[in-house]
Amino acid sequence: MNGWLDTDARLLGRLRDRMDQLFSQVLDERTLREGNGFWTQRSFPPVNCWEDEKNLYAECELPGVRMEDLDVSVVGRELVLKGERKAPELEGATYHRRERDTGTFHRTVRLPVAIDSGKVKAELRHGVLTISLPKAPEARPRKIEVKSTTKRIA
Amino acid sequence: MSTAMERQSGRELTGTNPERTRSLPCFQPRVDIYEVSGELVLVADMPGVANESIDIVFENGVLAISGKVEKRQPEGTQYLLSEYGLGDYHRAFEVSEAIDATKISAEYSDGELVVHLPKAESARPRRIEVKSR
Repeated sequence: MNGWLDTDARLLGRLRDRMDQLFSQVLDERTLREGNGFWTQRSFPPVNCWEDEKNLYAECELPGVRMEDLDVSVVGRELVLKGERKAPELEGATYHRRERDTGTFHRTVRLPVAIDSGKVKAELRHGVLTISLPKAPEARPRKIEVKSTTKRIA
Repeated sequence: MSTAMERQSGRELTGTNPERTRSLPCFQPRVDIYEVSGELVLVADMPGVANESIDIVFENGVLAISGKVEKRQPEGTQYLLSEYGLGDYHRAFEVSEAIDATKISAEYSDGELVVHLPKAESARPRRIEVKSR
């Protein structure tokens, strides 16, 4: 059923992914030229997301970012992560290697369901940010009780 | 460009020798190494590691750092979005400078491991005075 719609939707999805890729490539090149690494790249930080009946959860790794430099907000159906990893001020230091990026980031993640934005909780521990996003009551699965009406046949 | 599968904190190690017994993948943490006031400092991004699982070994001029990560989601979690993988960390460096191994110290906070490697007295630059006659 609706086979053609399904294929089209998937094609569009693929097209969108490809566009995202192209955009992030262009941004990558630009930010690399500016020497900011990928912290300003659109897709930073990478996010893992999962759910249970009552909550959506989002997690990302932000080593060296302090809670006061982090701003987590939910606007409508979007989760917005903003923050900064500050470069340490070191006088007279000679760098042998510098692989860790610093700078600001700003990422928006589209959420699949409506969220009760007043009850969102975020925890930052050992550089791992975990956000629990309670689903709005109407977005929760509703359990429908099935009553058995078996009648005994005499 | 980094792919979505690549863990942002570093590259995945493949074909490590000897092989690992843990099934989680292993990543090379990204590091900064700098020299300041008589010591070498290494900073590594190792988010999600418990203090007690960090291992730092300095032997024969090779500094090896590793850390274990415990799974944070239950087995079989279905991800709606999965942009990075979880795994342990390991990386080793050959340190050419002479280090005073007894004075190596390390601290871990906010997912960053900082290792201080003080240079051996003999390796510190010494100003040689030139006497004039």
